[in-house]
Formats: sequence, structure tokens, C-alpha cells
Amino acid sequence: MPTEPVARFQIELTRFVAADGAALPPLPDFATDEKLLATLYRAMVFVRAFDAKAVALQRTGRLGTYASSLGQEAVGTGAASAMRPEDVLLPSFRDQAAMLGRGVTPLEMLLYWGGDERGSDFAGPRQDFPISVPVASHIPHAAGVALAFKLRHEKRVALCIFGDGATSKGDFYEALNMAGVWQLPLVMLINNNQWAISVPRSTQSAAQTLAQKAIAAGIPGEQVDGNDVIAVRDRVGKALDKARTGGGPTLIEALTYRLGDHTTSDDARRYRDDATVSPHWHEEPIARLRQFMLAQGAWSREREEAALADAATAVDSAMEEYLATPKRPAASMFDHLFATLPPGQASQRTELGDA
Amino acid sequence: MPDVTLVQAIDLALGRALADDPTVVLLGEDIGTDGGVFRATDGLLARYGAERVLDTPLAEAGIAGVSIGLAAQGFRPVAEIQFMAFAYACLDQMINHAARLRTRTQGRLTCPIVLRMPCGGGIHAPEHHSESGEACFTNVPGLRVVIPSSPARAYGLLLAAIRDPDPVLFLEPARLYRSQREAVEDTGIALPLDRCIVLREGADIALVGWGGVVPDMLAAARVLADQGTEAEVIDVATLVPLDADTILASVAKTGRCVVCHEAALTGGFGAEIAARLAGPGLLSLLAPVERVTGYDTVLPLPRLEEAHRPSVARILAAAHRALAHG
Ligand SMILES: Cc1ncc(C[n+]2csc(CCOP(=O)(O)OP(=O)(O)O)c2C)c(N)n1
Ligand SMILES: [Mg+2]
Repeated sequence: MPTEPVARFQIELTRFVAADGAALPPLPDFATDEKLLATLYRAMVFVRAFDAKAVALQRTGRLGTYASSLGQEAVGTGAASAMRPEDVLLPSFRDQAAMLGRGVTPLEMLLYWGGDERGSDFAGPRQDFPISVPVASHIPHAAGVALAFKLRHEKRVALCIFGDGATSKGDFYEALNMAGVWQLPLVMLINNNQWAISVPRSTQSAAQTLAQKAIAAGIPGEQVDGNDVIAVRDRVGKALDKARTGGGPTLIEALTYRLGDHTTSDDARRYRDDATVSPHWHEEPIARLRQFMLAQGAWSREREEAALADAATAVDSAMEEYLATPKRPAASMFDHLFATLPPGQASQRTELGDA
Repeated sequence: MPDVTLVQAIDLALGRALADDPTVVLLGEDIGTDGGVFRATDGLLARYGAERVLDTPLAEAGIAGVSIGLAAQGFRPVAEIQFMAFAYACLDQMINHAARLRTRTQGRLTCPIVLRMPCGGGIHAPEHHSESGEACFTNVPGLRVVIPSSPARAYGLLLAAIRDPDPVLFLEPARLYRSQREAVEDTGIALPLDRCIVLREGADIALVGWGGVVPDMLAAARVLADQGTEAEVIDVATLVPLDADTILASVAKTGRCVVCHEAALTGGFGAEIAARLAGPGLLSLLAPVERVTGYDTVLPLPRLEEAHRPSVARILAAAHRALAHG
């Protein structure tokens, strides 16, 4: 036949800890670092407590619409833990784990979701991007940030997180393509939680994996078990290292599951039943790491209780600070429109009071 | 005749269009099993099947573009964009293609699509969920821009938009989705497009606006009536093409006009109305045209959102300024 195969690809999936917590060696070196494991665990416990509080605040009218990351805590926790402070994170609206891991404060997160712009003026990671609500629209920004690093010969990497649904948008493909063409120091991390609101992964794309979308752009793509924080940290860390040393971009598809509603405005029972969801509770990341650490003798009931208690205390104090933060004067809506407010707007500002 | 909300009236009209015309297809994100995030397509998948009610992947530019292709092939696609902010990704398709396919092919191919979406603030929604971006589309020749403000008008105008042979941007004020109920009979009777609707007659001042501010204009008119001033309240309803005659006739009678909209002041569609009044309407005016609008700043997040909206108090203040003249 006058045809010959010209391209082949394969997508690898990495997992170090099975759903029941069993180790799947060979493990990365850090998997024996008890302190590090405890830090990752406590971070995930904190995110879960934070999400639960945020949902409770929304239900009682004290917070706006909120997107919980229930069941997906390992994705952002693992990714942020692999980043260096000088890297830049470009998050979506469900990336509290990564943002908190980067040093955004719980108070800032609550302010943002409570409808106060001060929540996006991070005191910690000053160059990190604010939450992107228009799905996928921040992926090209990440390519731009990475291009800046490349042009300035800096050993820094941009990390962008987005959902499975986001990989259907042109913004994603355009950024992916540019990242390939320019070999940008960019890591694109898909939180594949299997749902885009009511649309399941199976009808979002006919592709077998989302990771393989990278192949078309000439960059490596891979899957990682997104409920295994050790695997996420390891694979994102390797991709960051590679990008940092001139090796170009990577697309990583983290496989996880959205255990909760899409947001507090959503009622997932309209489109999926509990029987569909419940098996995924056996795969969730926090119990998995706990089982793993217990088996290694690296965890105890006392540590567990301390982790839960510390998370509850920290979340409560963030909540109290949030609830005690007065809203700003209305005129502040003009404060950051331009570097210098033009006279026309200045007079509108006056209409709102001179605060 | 059941009392329905605006969003239920949309659902009713969509169901009617699907039943009446086999070329009508609905497409959009989460419009199938979920029935749309606002439930505007509730029950339609079950009744009309997955070949008439299509859940799409997450891709707004694609939704608009695919609709154009369907339309050129004789379908009448009615696409839902989940929130207006995400329709900005459709601008390329809407401006470069939908609006001019008929002209470019000299009538050989046409584009009877409806792109419908919630717009406006007032529901304490997250960032980018409260856009009033109508002026991005009103400056595009070849697009109709329609925005109802009551359940009955939503039903009648949506049917008209779907039956119209050209592309229509159909804006649904999210704050009105569930704020009022009225009897809407599923008669299949469309309202005329391209007409302003006089909601209240009055000889002293015209209050002209659309969408989410219409209830505020009516509330202001009630206050003015208590003060002895009769306001005429006009729901523009179809921004493009603009029924300027109805507005000019009203101002010929009243001599005073307050134009209201949620979108920012500068370049807002209210400027077009003010320009018409300053042109053919100039000699009727007894006072400068007042505009009560969103401010020229980025729409604040919910904590300050209300302060950005044209409130009843601001409409009244503008009306009093206009009435104080001459
Ligand atoms: C461009 C755009 N279209 C639609 C929406 C409304 N919306 C918010 S989240 C979402 C689904 C996103 O799915 P996915 O990318 O998988 O992220 P997930 O919510 O599952 O984390 C949709 C349709 C949006 N925010 N932006
Ligand atoms: Mg998803």
C-alpha cells in the first residue's frame, strides 16, 4: 500500500498511590519525607474546610456564588507545592487549593467571592494572576507570561490551571500552539474533574484523553492521577523543571472528580445521580494520602485531630475577619480604572460621594 | 392562563417555536439535561430530543459559527450563550459573518439565527456575569438587538426574533427572570419587532429605557404621579432597528426626556436616542435630555454593584432636573 505511518503517540498516566492508599513503587524521593507529606495533607484538609465554610457562608447569604473544589484538592495543592515563589500562577475559579498554596490568604479568597475587588490584590504572590472566570481566557495570558520569561532569559515558569471544559475553547488551542511554536516555559494543567457543569467529559470531546491534545501542538502531554497528590507534585514538578531549563512546555491532564455541585448555584442532581458520584468517594485525595501515610507510619490519630482542628481554627478566623471587613465607599469603584482618572470620570466619581 | 416568570415565558416560546417549525434547533452549553443554568430550556430536551436541543462543548465562538452554518442550510438555530460576557467571544462570528452573510452573497445565503443570553446586573452574580454589553452589538449593521422586560413581551418578542429572517441578538435581563409573574398564553402570537412599547402614558416627561431598568422607570413614574407629574414610560424593546418615531412623538408631547440604561454612559445606546432627540426632536425639547446609566467604570463586584446601577432615586433626580427647566 502506498501509505506509511508517519506519526504515533502514546499518553502515559502516572500514579504513585492507589485509591486505597497502597504505594505503587518506585516512589519519588520526597514520598518518604514525612514533614512534606504532612504539609501536603494539612494543606488539602485546609482547602476542604475552607470550601465547606465558603459554601455554608453562601447558603446563609454571606458570600456570593462559590465553586467548591471538593474532591479535587490534590490538583492545586500538588501543583503549587512544586512551584517556586518566582513562578507565576494563572488560576481558574476553582483553584483555591493552588492559590492558597501560593500564599493568597483565605481572607483574600473570601473577599473576592464575597464581591470585593480587594480579594484580587494579593499581598503574597504579587505577580500571580487573579481568578479567571471566562473559561480558558487566561491560557493565552499564561503563554504571554511565559514568553516574557523566555525573552528575558529568566529561569521562571508560568503555570496555568483550567478545566476539562476549557480544553474545548479556541483560547486553549491558540495558547497551546504558541507554546509549542515558541517552546515556552509554560505548564498547562487540566483539572479534569469529568464535568463542565452538566456536560460530562465523554461529550465534551471525542478525544480519548485530553492530554493528547498537546500532541497536535508538538508538545508533550501526559495524564496524572489527580487524586494522588504525590503524583501531581512529582509530574508538575518535573514539567516545571523541564520548562525552567529550556525544555519547553507540557500539558498535564490531572484525572479527578467533582464530588460536589458545579457551584452553589447548581443542583447536580438534575443531571447526575448519586449512584454515579458515590464510587468516586473511594478515590478522593485526602483519605488516600492519609491511608498512605498511616501505612508508612507517618501519621497518627493525634496528627489527624490536630490537622482538622488547626484547619477549623484558621478558617473560622478568616471568616470572622471577612465578616468584619466593611465594604468600601462606592466611589472606590473608580479607584483603579486608569492610572490617572480622566476628568469626565472624576465628575461621575464625585456623584458617588467623595470618599 | 398560567402566571409565569420571564424565564418560563422564554421556555414557553422556545417550546412553541420547536413545535411549530421543524427547522428550529436549540444549541448551547448545559441547555439539555440541565435545562440551562437559568432553566430557560427546562424540559425541552425531553420533549423534542437531542437532535433539536443540542448540548454543545464549551465554545462560544464555535456556537455562534456553527449557528451561521446551520442557518445558511435552512435551519433556524436559537443558541444560548450562558452569560453575556461570554458572547464577547462571538463578536468575530456575529460581526464578520452573521451580520453580513446576506449582503456578502447578495441574498443568496441568509442567517436567521437568534443568539439569546442573560444580561445585566442585579442578581449578585460573580465577576463577568452581569454585563450590559448591548452597545457592542448595536453598532453592527445587519444585527437586530432585542431586549424584553416582562414575561409577555419576552414570549412575543422571542417568537418574533426566531421567525425573523435575519440574525437577532436577544438579551434577557437576568434580574427580571424571576422578579415578576404574569399571565402568558401560549398562543404562538409574536409581537412586532422594531417597535418601542409605551407602557404608561403621560404628558409631562418621557422615561425611555430597556431591560433591567424598566421596572425602575415604572417605579419612578409612580412616584412622579404622586407628585403630580405624569410620566410616559417607554420600553425601547428593540434597540436596533430603533423605532425613533415613538420616542420622538412622546417627546413632542412632553418636551422632556430621561434615557435610562444599565450599561456605561459613554457610547451607550442612550447616546443614540439622545442624538435623535437632538436632531429631529430638538425643537420639541424644553429641557436637556438626561441620561441615567451605569457609570463609566468597570462594573464592580456585588458588594458595590447596586451603587453602579441606575436607581429609582437617580431616575427621579434626573426627572426633577428636566422638569425644573422652563
Ligand atoms: C467562556 C465561558 N463560557 C461559559 C462559562 C460558564 N461556565 C462557568 S464554569 C463552566 C464549566 C467549566 O467546566 P470546566 O472547564 O470543566 O471547569 P470546572 O467548572 O469543571 O472546574 C461554564 C460553562 C464561563 N465561565 N466562561
Ligand atoms: Mg470540569
